[in-house]
Amino acid sequence: MIEGFTALYIFMLAAFTGYEVISRVPVILHTPLMSGSNFVHGIVVVGAMVALGHAETGVEMTIGFIAVFLAAGNAVGGYVATVRMLEMFQPKKGD
Amino acid sequence: MEMLIEIVYFIAAAVFIIGLKQMSSPVTARQGIVWAGIAMAIATFVTFGDPAVYAHGSINVILIIVAIVAGSIIAYITAKRVEMTDMPQMIAIYNGMGGGAAAAIAAVELVKVAAGGAAPNTTVLVLATLGAIIGAVSFSGSAIAFAKLQGLINKTMRLPMHMVINLAIFAGMLILGGMMAFSGEIDPTILLIFFALTIIFGIMFTLPIGGADMPVVISLFNALTGLAVAFEGFVLQNAAMIIAGTVVGSSGTLLTQLMAKAMNRPISNVLFSSFGSADGSAADEEVEGSMKEIQAPDAAIMMAYASKVIIIPGYGMAVAQAQHKLAELTKVLEARGVEVKYAIHPVAGRMPGHMNVLLAEAGIDYDKIYDLEDINPEFPSSEVALVIGANDVVNPVARTNPESPIYGMPILDADRAQNCIVIKRGRGAGFSGIENHLFYADNTQMLYGDGQKMVGELVAGVKDLG
Repeated sequence: MIEGFTALYIFMLAAFTGYEVISRVPVILHTPLMSGSNFVHGIVVVGAMVALGHAETGVEMTIGFIAVFLAAGNAVGGYVATVRMLEMFQPKKGD
Repeated sequence: MEMLIEIVYFIAAAVFIIGLKQMSSPVTARQGIVWAGIAMAIATFVTFGDPAVYAHGSINVILIIVAIVAGSIIAYITAKRVEMTDMPQMIAIYNGMGGGAAAAIAAVELVKVAAGGAAPNTTVLVLATLGAIIGAVSFSGSAIAFAKLQGLINKTMRLPMHMVINLAIFAGMLILGGMMAFSGEIDPTILLIFFALTIIFGIMFTLPIGGADMPVVISLFNALTGLAVAFEGFVLQNAAMIIAGTVVGSSGTLLTQLMAKAMNRPISNVLFSSFGSADGSAADEEVEGSMKEIQAPDAAIMMAYASKVIIIPGYGMAVAQAQHKLAELTKVLEARGVEVKYAIHPVAGRMPGHMNVLLAEAGIDYDKIYDLEDINPEFPSSEVALVIGANDVVNPVARTNPESPIYGMPILDADRAQNCIVIKRGRGAGFSGIENHLFYADNTQMLYGDGQKMVGELVAGVKDLG
């Protein structure tokens, strides 16, 4: 179980990690990076799956379905958009 | 099986952090996102081994698969098809979807309590409620940001007493949320009103913010979605969600600060005043001099015989889709021995780095592209500065006039180049509605017309010189 102060410690360490990881990114990568971190919070899909899995009534199932649908869109859309942007920074073949 | 799931989540969380780290260099960036993608795919796959997924029955499992497939296909197609110019608003949409998902997870848990299920402890309820607020605000706010950037909403809308109404809605949703979380008893009607208020707040909060400030707002919503995901991670006891969400929350906050700093505006200013709405308050001052027009062939000659040309693209370049023509112009100029450099203002385009992405798409090497601090000392030694579709970021009043709303904003010193050519559609003022003194300067000449067409004529003009 993750609770109480353990949760707070995880929260604190992850917060500092995020801050450090980003602080040295060059400006030219800011948009791909925002898109990339947008993809990372697409992990909400695993939570949405659990939420829909243990939904019981019609209302709960409807909301759960929306949750999974939106989360999958976040993950896939975020991934494809980021890859498309980053591909432009690849060295050109045959140049 | 549960052990395996825990291990996969643990590894996924680590890979997400490494992936973001790798995105700090153009060389490893793509590898970083691919790894993160594989990690998320595996994490999603093993979640099907979680007993909680089968807690209610096979119908739910089928629904899960249908929802994943439907959401993925729609997102895949839209993300593949969207023009690079429109990428910022697509990021807003995908981000809003994540926020909506987090809010919906909270909604499922809260509806369970409302239906008479056993209430979890107060901490969990408080976190679920906070996640619901943040996620829902991010959801509806991102939708408005999308509509603004897509041009569906053109005006900045502001009701009378907008601030007061916003505060009232904000207080209302906090009070209702607090009541539900701390009493552990949830009335379905109140729950409905609560969610309605959060959605309305996101809309009301975003509507008065001008289009120029949208990048900052999208970045803020990105950070908020991360936070909402982290909170729902606590509710569901899912460490991967907690860590990934928190990392995005804090890095997104930093990115938001960097952007606001680049615009030289405190975040509070961006969010609570409607700069960019063309109030025209500071636009009335007298400008000395007059605008001088130049024709494309003459401009081409100036550039062709220069030793150094600095090109300053702005959002207008993106709208005109002129980046491919610019790449061509760069090529013909360099063939003549002209040194060509690109100067990118931190807030050029709709997001930091947006211009770089567009130029990279057109095949312009990123080692020709310079930041503001690196390029500004070079303007006096360059014969021509070519401004295309940029306005406020080259306006010298930011240096000279303390009365101006953009005073103090770092600008590109195009006015210090020996000659300045400005490609512009018409004679109007820029996004902020402020007159641009650069256009009236003695060494500035205006080339009126569509960006793509004009750069095309420049290319032709240079080629004609043989």
